Amino acid sequence: MLNILIVTRREWLAYFHTPIAPLYLIIFLVLSSALAFYLGGFYEREIADLEPFFQFHPWIYLFLVPAIGMRLWSEEYRSGSAELLLTLPLSTWEVVLGKYLAALGLIGLGLALSFPIWITVNVLGDPDNGVIVGAYLGSWLMAGGFLAISAAASAATSNQVVAFIASSSICFVFLMAGMPLVLDPIGQVLPQGIVDVISQASFLIHYSAMARGMLDLKSGVYFVGLILLMLISNWALIEVRKAP
Amino acid sequence: MTSILAQSLTRCYGRMLAVDRVSFEVDGGTVLGFLGPNGAGKSTTMKMLTGYLHPTSGTALINGYDIRTHRRQAHQAMGYLPEGAPLYNDMRVKDFLRFVAAARGLSGTTAKTAIGSVAERLELEEVAEQSIGTLSKGFGRRVGIAQALLHDPPILILDEPTDGLDPIQKTQVRRLIQEMSDTKIVVISTHILEEVELLCDRVMIIAQGQLQLDGTPTEIRSRSRYAGALSLVVDQPQSVASKLSGLPSVSNVEYRAGKLTAFPSGDGDLAGAVQALIQSENWVVREFHLESGRLDDVFARIAGQSESHA
Ligand SMILES: Nc1ncnc2c1ncn2[C@@H]1O[C@H](COP(=O)(O)OP(=O)(O)O)[C@@H](O)[C@H]1O
Ligand SMILES: [Mg+2]
Repeated sequence: MLNILIVTRREWLAYFHTPIAPLYLIIFLVLSSALAFYLGGFYEREIADLEPFFQFHPWIYLFLVPAIGMRLWSEEYRSGSAELLLTLPLSTWEVVLGKYLAALGLIGLGLALSFPIWITVNVLGDPDNGVIVGAYLGSWLMAGGFLAISAAASAATSNQVVAFIASSSICFVFLMAGMPLVLDPIGQVLPQGIVDVISQASFLIHYSAMARGMLDLKSGVYFVGLILLMLISNWALIEVRKAP
Repeated sequence: MTSILAQSLTRCYGRMLAVDRVSFEVDGGTVLGFLGPNGAGKSTTMKMLTGYLHPTSGTALINGYDIRTHRRQAHQAMGYLPEGAPLYNDMRVKDFLRFVAAARGLSGTTAKTAIGSVAERLELEEVAEQSIGTLSKGFGRRVGIAQALLHDPPILILDEPTDGLDPIQKTQVRRLIQEMSDTKIVVISTHILEEVELLCDRVMIIAQGQLQLDGTPTEIRSRSRYAGALSLVVDQPQSVASKLSGLPSVSNVEYRAGKLTAFPSGDGDLAGAVQALIQSENWVVREFHLESGRLDDVFARIAGQSESHA
């Protein structure tokens, strides 16, 4: 456990020593509030909730999370520092989890720093704060799913641009999995049973339920399961790189 | 007890055989040099010793711990400077050394003392607050060596530790390696012959992924065709050369760069016979030197041989 946090701390030092952290936080906060106010009609709706704020998160994460995730491993392999990192007395699991938690923490910090909008709705009206907490958790969980996909993609290539494009594309497919955009072409080639399973994998459907305060167990299990699966893939990709 | 035992280490990249059944054993108090041309397989062998790459077959025991099954114990016993000294450019020197110390299980005052001591030995105090990405090459290399030394490991594996440094920095790094070699095993790789002569107690010449020769620098030098040869600088090299060739103890004579070299035939005492001839002929001899053999000659022959195989 301590070793995981040692790796996390190193990543955080790098985030804040470079423009990565400030850039992420500023873009996330500006974009999420701007979209809430201008596209979401935060004031005009005259309803005291944060739905206009949360509904754009999937689209913001779609490019911001792969941008954070792409460097997690690609950069280590490109610069050669992987050779230092992986010959320290740390297990591959400790490094995989330490890196993941560092980026997840940065995303969490972005969400936490959006608290003024939460205060605003409480000043303007009388929102259901339980729903809002649930929505924050749902947003963080979905970002965690995007991040785990991006981390695995980053472990597969030492080219950050390739990692970014690959992870955004995979994240997009997961996001849209329940929509005709994805289901129709799949339905052409695969049997209905598989199409039904894929339609259940949609980030958008799971998330929009959570964003409206319906914290259901199925969605939680879905995201956690997907994150674990992707982290195992990440671990396996690191191990495969050592093999002949 | 400090030891490395490599057992038939073999590694392929795809279908290319990069290291072919390399075996050796070293104990503490040895500076072992991997000497070989570029692409010989030195770095790949080191990557297997440090567990960064898995061998295709064979294994290595570090202080008795199998690098494949007891990674953590093996890693704890060694410090490693990878080729080119890769570092985290997005960190300050001080933060980087703290990270390595923590990962090595050093904390609190122990970590502070360890960092202070390597920073002093490698003269890093002045750059402690600097971003690693902005360091000069010499400082970067020293930070790389510092992180390998941080926990005072019994085994150091340094891949081309002086590559790309200026002559003064090279000397500094070599002095450091000499200071450490009392009890430790220090494995260095190099293609610089003088470095081997200066530093190594033992040399392994690697070419084409295979261990070609293994011995002390003196032993390896004695395999050179120059071993036992006599070099002369004289005023009339042409006439001296033809007289020398007549001696039964001389196999042949070469004239190169103002210097005559008489190679022994194995028949009688070469030096004695030449000296007698010098006296009887009254030659003016400016230089007279019995060769103990040349490392570069052995190296060139082995490297050349394996090239013609390729
Ligand atoms: N990651 C790799 N993939 C494919 N081939 C490699 C890789 N690393 C090294 N090689 C090849 O393996 C051989 C040995 O390389 P290396 O161990 O780096 O030699 P040295 O360190 O002695 O210069 C070379 O022919 C090199 O091109
Ligand atoms: Mg090399």
